[in-house]
Amino acid sequence: MGKHTPLFDTHALAGARLANFAGWDMPIHYGSQLEEHHKVRRDAGMFDVSHMLGVDLTGPEARPYLSRLLANDVAKLTLPGKALYSCLLREDGGIIDDLIVNFFNEQHYRIVVNAGSAEKDLAWMEKQAADFDIDITPRHDLAMIAVQGPHSRAKVWLAYPGTRMVSESLPPFFTACDGDWLISRTGYTGEDGFELAVPAAQAADIWAQLQAAGVSPCGLGCRDTLRLEAGMNLYGQDMDETMTPLESGLAWTVALEGDRDFIGKNALLTQKPTRQLIGLLLLTPGVLRSRQTVQTTHGEGEITSGSFSPTLSQGIALARLPKVVMAGETVEVDIRGKLHKARVVKPPFVRNGKILVS
Amino acid sequence: MNVPTNLKYAKSHEWARQEADGLITVGISDHAQEALGDIVFIELPQVGARLAAGAECAVVESVKAASDIYAPVSGEVVAVNQAAADSPESVNGDAYGVWLFKIKPSEAATAELDALLDAEAYAKVAESE
Repeated sequence: MGKHTPLFDTHALAGARLANFAGWDMPIHYGSQLEEHHKVRRDAGMFDVSHMLGVDLTGPEARPYLSRLLANDVAKLTLPGKALYSCLLREDGGIIDDLIVNFFNEQHYRIVVNAGSAEKDLAWMEKQAADFDIDITPRHDLAMIAVQGPHSRAKVWLAYPGTRMVSESLPPFFTACDGDWLISRTGYTGEDGFELAVPAAQAADIWAQLQAAGVSPCGLGCRDTLRLEAGMNLYGQDMDETMTPLESGLAWTVALEGDRDFIGKNALLTQKPTRQLIGLLLLTPGVLRSRQTVQTTHGEGEITSGSFSPTLSQGIALARLPKVVMAGETVEVDIRGKLHKARVVKPPFVRNGKILVS
Repeated sequence: MNVPTNLKYAKSHEWARQEADGLITVGISDHAQEALGDIVFIELPQVGARLAAGAECAVVESVKAASDIYAPVSGEVVAVNQAAADSPESVNGDAYGVWLFKIKPSEAATAELDALLDAEAYAKVAESE
């Protein structure tokens, strides 16, 4: 048996199909993964993401510490509430995890990391903290609910009118505090929405209130097809410690300019990437899957995340291909021994309900 | 669990039914469609293909996984259900109504059909998963 989030009983009672994900027993779907996917693209759905870990960083040297720790530059966090996406790198530039850091004030930040990497992330952060006056506090007392979709914010306000005041003018990638709740305008679906971090004891009641306001419970199955359509990487699948951000479509998240010395910078400055992470659109009926081989005129590559896109009704993938392959080229994917044509495209495939590739 | 008693089943979750004209109709069990989730792609065998019992001959893919379909008995594929391939989700809706292909059985097929599981035995296999 895996670990349980504060919403486990809620999922089990609702008849969710449960499966182990990164050591946690999580809902995969509540009946139909496809319907849940469309709910998020067209209306509003919610995900239990309490398996992810919030980590508070407090103390006078929180900012210099993060400036050293993260590949993206916390100097971009000028306004309280702002959030920043970044990779956590090894000295050799390999990706330990990807995360979001929220800025509350100069002495208080919160990082949210992936469930499967949480323990090694904490160990790494503790190790790097030796020379800094900071405290690292994992927040196992919190539950996290992601409410996503074009109508998600309105439905949160319907369920909790009191949150409207603090969150209505919240720009994308900002976080607001409302009592003991954090409301972030972030997500992993390519749709508008909020991610709520709340005390664990309130989670089941909040879930029920949101459902009563018309938000559909969604499992991690459609979370994966939504994030893939949105062109977002999944740690452990599209990138890991053997890959750098420059080979993972994440060069935009690495602040190499200037004299800030962050962990992994020297390795990235000297790396000449020969591979890239880019999108594929299958031109025949079928489904793309991770680990399938991709033949290009410039050599072989491999699919890192593949699926069937419910929005496009077509096989889509993220693939690691030779760097010289360009968007628009046609390549071939080996599916069960037969080669199928696919077009190389620049992700995202879908954002805010609109198809962006053809 | 929905396991009709008039069908025979393979451990690999196909159902088989001998028709009045002697052909064997093949599909996947309700348990199989349930376990796969939303089916989005079906690759059917070629009409005319000669199959050994237990041979991989088709693929059913859901959003989450691809599942090989094995021939429950040996023989020649004489018909495929293109309507199922055109609307893969129809298998989720009616796994026993939406067949995948029909086999003209070989001489060995009578014994192979007898060796398949009856509904009771298949239900035990499915429950143990």
